[in-house]
Amino acid sequence: MPKLNDVCSHVRSKNAGPFWITVDLFFPDAETFARYSDAPSLTSSAVAAMFGVDPVRMKRFMVTDLSVLKFSYPRATPQGGTMERDMHGGQQYVRLLDVEL
Amino acid sequence: MTLAPGRTCNVIVPVGALGAGVRAPDVARGIALGAHAIACDAGSTDSGPAYLATGKSKYSRDAVKTDLAILMRAQADAGIPLLIGSCGTSGCDMALDWMHDIAVEIARENGLSPSIALLYSEQKASLLEERAAAGAIMPLEPVGEILPGVFAACDHIVALMGPEPYIEALRGGADIVLGGRTTDTAVIAAVPLMMGAGAGAAWHAGKTSECGGLCTVRSRDGGVIVRVGADHFDVEPLAMSNACTTTTVSAHMLYENSDPFRLTEPGGVLDVGTARYDALDNRIVRVSGSVFESAPYTMKLEGASGGPFQTIMLVGIQDRGVLAEIPRFLTQMEEFFRSRLQATIGPRLGDYDVSLRAYGWNGVTGDAVEAAAPAPREIGLMFVATAATQQLATQIAKTCNPAFFHMPLNLDQELPSYAFPFSPAEIERGQVYEFRLNHVVRVNDPLELVRIRYPATEEVSHAEAE
Repeated sequence: MPKLNDVCSHVRSKNAGPFWITVDLFFPDAETFARYSDAPSLTSSAVAAMFGVDPVRMKRFMVTDLSVLKFSYPRATPQGGTMERDMHGGQQYVRLLDVEL
Repeated sequence: MTLAPGRTCNVIVPVGALGAGVRAPDVARGIALGAHAIACDAGSTDSGPAYLATGKSKYSRDAVKTDLAILMRAQADAGIPLLIGSCGTSGCDMALDWMHDIAVEIARENGLSPSIALLYSEQKASLLEERAAAGAIMPLEPVGEILPGVFAACDHIVALMGPEPYIEALRGGADIVLGGRTTDTAVIAAVPLMMGAGAGAAWHAGKTSECGGLCTVRSRDGGVIVRVGADHFDVEPLAMSNACTTTTVSAHMLYENSDPFRLTEPGGVLDVGTARYDALDNRIVRVSGSVFESAPYTMKLEGASGGPFQTIMLVGIQDRGVLAEIPRFLTQMEEFFRSRLQATIGPRLGDYDVSLRAYGWNGVTGDAVEAAAPAPREIGLMFVATAATQQLATQIAKTCNPAFFHMPLNLDQELPSYAFPFSPAEIERGQVYEFRLNHVVRVNDPLELVRIRYPATEEVSHAEAE
């Protein structure tokens, strides 16, 4: 099975306000998007597990026009607290790159 | 008021954040294209809670002044309004006063005499407690109910304004409106809404252009101009070397948004689920079909305060024995720290924390690394002590200092010295700041919690938000 990093043309993560992180998976075209966006490893609960988030809180959006799958989840603690390691959440996407689709 | 058929309201958005670098030729081109206003924001919560908790600007005074001077000169030359939202990063009162002082200085140095309006949106804790008691404050996901004392615990609280205070100030005769905390979109949507453009088009134009060139192919190549009509808007980069495509424009709704289709604003929700994106040529994109659904007026609240203090130390390690067994090395170091701190400082430690972050290994996440991972060539190890006072955090760091720089992997080894770069080794990092509010307050009037001031041209605010 191919890895997400080999299938997607671009993957990124970013804070969406101080309480949320959002992750965008850009697929190269509509065909690839249709083929992989419903992969078992890309369900809300599977992605929630990878980020240690309550699956009920994981938001999942199919942005078909852009061939983008988007996930948004609440931070364990608000941005910038004592234990902060990634202020913008900009490196959080990396853990998804080796997921098998 | 509505725009005449076929007419548009044109807004220059020169940059995503004032202080990040405005280019004068871009602004001049926007004015040549027939701009009716210049608008951008100067703040965000993006870089963390410190700026709101302290009221200090993220960008340097010189950077902000350079950008603002370009815009103020363009405003005076063209005779069109200039709107700046979220002044001084956080948009709290002292940050707005800081920006106002810069504007007064620029005016004096350039022989300008604009009418300036200041929009204050900082809120008192006592007032918000009353509103909460009256049921007018609601928490937003993922924060739960309102905790007692949460408003009083904040050092600064701001309410995010919509476009109405800007419109009020422009009707009051302002050439330049400097706003406290405002939604990024509202600053840009204000003049189009005032001139009667369609609400869906105006709000979506604001959202698309809020980060300046980020909706273009070359995101660092200048800002954009939006031309907002009754049922559509066009977006064009200010630089001829840059272009918008249907993808770069539509994809901007993904950026920093938890929901790519719906964006909540003070007076309603922008819904772009039915928006159409069409290329007018190879640089300009037309967007139509966006809808703004009116809703009871709410203002989002942001609040932050100072928490505990931190002292840090840094060391570089290339010792191959250590690098082959990083998890064991870190675990025994942490255990030693805990016992040493208990034996020395003891109960006076209070609610403290010591954290080791191994950059080059797992410093970004702190997650366990798979057992088969190869040893890195070197790591940068950061020690973070967190405690109730700066003095205590530093005492913790100094207590751990000998082991941090000299602890061997195996106790029978000769005492190593890892590569520490500074003397003294500890760095007092200051206070940890925390966001405390994720709520909205319902208001009957968009101006109810906003104070508008029209200072005399030479009047300075003597702010110290450096």
